[in-house]
Amino acid sequence: MPTLSDERFALGSSADIVTLRQAVRAAAVELRFSLVDQTKIVTAASELARNALNYGGGGSVRIESVAEPGRRGLRLTFEDKGPGIPDIERAMKDGFTTGTGLGLGLGGARRLSNEFSIDSRPGEGTRVTITRWTS
Amino acid sequence: MERIPILKMGDYLLVTVQVDMHDRLATTLQEDLAERIVKSHARAVLIDISALEIVDSFIGRMLGSIAAIARVLDAETVVVGMQPAVAITLVELGLALPGVRTALNVEKGMEILRRSLAEEASGGASEAVIEESVIADAE
Repeated sequence: MPTLSDERFALGSSADIVTLRQAVRAAAVELRFSLVDQTKIVTAASELARNALNYGGGGSVRIESVAEPGRRGLRLTFEDKGPGIPDIERAMKDGFTTGTGLGLGLGGARRLSNEFSIDSRPGEGTRVTITRWTS
Repeated sequence: MERIPILKMGDYLLVTVQVDMHDRLATTLQEDLAERIVKSHARAVLIDISALEIVDSFIGRMLGSIAAIARVLDAETVVVGMQPAVAITLVELGLALPGVRTALNVEKGMEILRRSLAEEASGGASEAVIEESVIADAE
């Protein structure tokens, strides 16, 4: 699958979430996502960035514009070196939180994306990848 | 420090969110509004989010908290102007803003607040009228 563009962002503070939202929006506009699709991927990015910040102690995001025959997509990869998630299935459930949030982050981000994958190792960190395709 | 301005108009406090809010700004707004309600004896809060391009769970939770805090301080809150794409995304995210009254625009939001304050002011009177008309119907 060819990659059209590839950017990286650091996530160290809540101000970085705003910067990331703007970068994801710009990439989605570039790919000619509909307004609803733009809003969905930006919102999913915001949720996952906050998770990486609050639970993973910060990390990084990779924004890739990718292409397949007949469609283009935006792939976001969130990585942190936090404590990891011991029980992913439980963490995916709406309302599950170990923090002060609503516990909608992971499940919500999955619903707002077309593809979702999560890889977490206790003590090493968490990586979440989401992709949204042009509809 | 950056702050979202709160305008006072009679019994109403008006807030227009015009920037992409970072978390600290949202928390500050919540605290500022609570203080202003008490200080200014405001009875109603109108929050215009028509310029907001996204509402994530953090901002959604903040809107819910503001409505709850205002209620405890005897003030009503209406959130107005949500963009359609934001509404669609918010519901798919799993957040339907329970406990937050919404209206399409500032005008309709003000109407809701005005009506609700008027009803409260007339208090028992309007209930008595309803009872009377029920009795009249029964006869």
